[in-house]
Amino acid sequence: MSDSPADLKYTKSHEWVRTLADGNVEVGITDHAQSALGDLVFVEVPEAGKSLKAGDTFAVVESVKAASDVYAPVAGTVVEGNAALGGQPELINSEPYKGGWIMVLKPSGEPQGLLSAAEYQAHLAAEG
Amino acid sequence: MVDFGGWDMPVNYGSQIEEHHAVRQDAGIFDVSHMCVIDARGPRVREFFGRLIANDVDKLRQPGKALYSCMLNEAGGVIDDLIVYFLDESFFRVVVNAGTRDKDLAWMRAIAPGYGVQLQERVDLAMVAVQGPNARTRVISLLPEQHRSSAQALEPFFGKSISMGEGREWFVARTGYTGEDGFEIMLPASEAPEVWNKLNALGVKSAGLGARDTLRLEAAMNLYGNDMDEVQNPLESGLAWTVSFDNPARDFIGRKALEALKAAGLQKKFVALLLEDRGVLRGHQKVVTPAGEGEITSGTFSPTMEKSIALARVPRSAADIGDKVQVDVRGKLLNARVVKAPFVRNGKILVS
Repeated sequence: MSDSPADLKYTKSHEWVRTLADGNVEVGITDHAQSALGDLVFVEVPEAGKSLKAGDTFAVVESVKAASDVYAPVAGTVVEGNAALGGQPELINSEPYKGGWIMVLKPSGEPQGLLSAAEYQAHLAAEG
Repeated sequence: MVDFGGWDMPVNYGSQIEEHHAVRQDAGIFDVSHMCVIDARGPRVREFFGRLIANDVDKLRQPGKALYSCMLNEAGGVIDDLIVYFLDESFFRVVVNAGTRDKDLAWMRAIAPGYGVQLQERVDLAMVAVQGPNARTRVISLLPEQHRSSAQALEPFFGKSISMGEGREWFVARTGYTGEDGFEIMLPASEAPEVWNKLNALGVKSAGLGARDTLRLEAAMNLYGNDMDEVQNPLESGLAWTVSFDNPARDFIGRKALEALKAAGLQKKFVALLLEDRGVLRGHQKVVTPAGEGEITSGTFSPTMEKSIALARVPRSAADIGDKVQVDVRGKLLNARVVKAPFVRNGKILVS
């Protein structure tokens, strides 16, 4: 069973969302997603200032096996991309919910349609 | 697990990159039982292979010697690539790919009767590849004492049968698909799990299809279906070295078509690319050169070089060694350089 901390929100496309003290959100991919992708070797993170709609591709993560898009869970403006992933894409494998964060976003409205940890686990179980 | 030619195969057992490094630096074991082993017997079996495949089995004079070749159709397209072992004048063994098994057998069975050759698929055999600088030593430690020195003395691209006692036999060959030293072992399927566990206990790491692909690509070894197929001929797939025109009397299938292609002038060439920008090259990406467009046939991230590498088919007049090209990676043109293959061999990076 993959790890999905209870204090985060999730999407069906395997992103996680953490609301920070200043109201911005940190976004990454879940433990399940990194495990399915395998060893990550390249991550393209978004630049600060980029405006995103919910569902837009904001990053590309590539493992040895395949390239995969990462989707914005909510609309907003990119505050920061995680520059550390340039040299250490494997942070997403080793600590998907900490050092493996991909961007910080300033949301333009209330996030909608996100899943709780329990709902995400149920979604994973249903996906098989 | 993925479906691979009808076989359930692990892409990786743990970290694919760790499996890759284990093979480059120490030893790894691959289950390649999905590959199809076919024994060909009959007094005219040499003549049969002379017709069947593009490389020349007359290069095989010492028992146990192996030859890599393509099996072509009449148009010069590649039905499959294979390894054939010369065992004696009435017995050759051939190993073909899993995904092409049915069509290969059908093709061979259509030709074999003309030469009185009997074909027997060896579904009773499993096959493991034990690869890496320490692979042979580990395998040899499993062999009966009296056969260790002869196994140790096997030259590259030779195989031999080794009696394991109680009538059991292994065929051990110094071949592989990684660019490292090692053995491929064909053995009774019932013995394979125990051998696997014993080698694991000796520190040989289980390695999956993922590492097999990154290793073969670093070694610039072609993969059937990606780098060549029934449409792409060997001369434009980096495999001209495996086609033997030397004996004018040898009428192998596809020869006339390839000779016509050569006379008309080949249009494409096969090159190795090193990505200079950040990103990952993948199959089917477009290669942009001053002489026109080409296509990546296989691409990956090289765990040894920590850079992306690829094999590509490009216009003939484009892209000499050292030339810059561009590759369309997900809508962006990234810079790559044509380099001399292979990228990595025997643990050493050969491209800078």
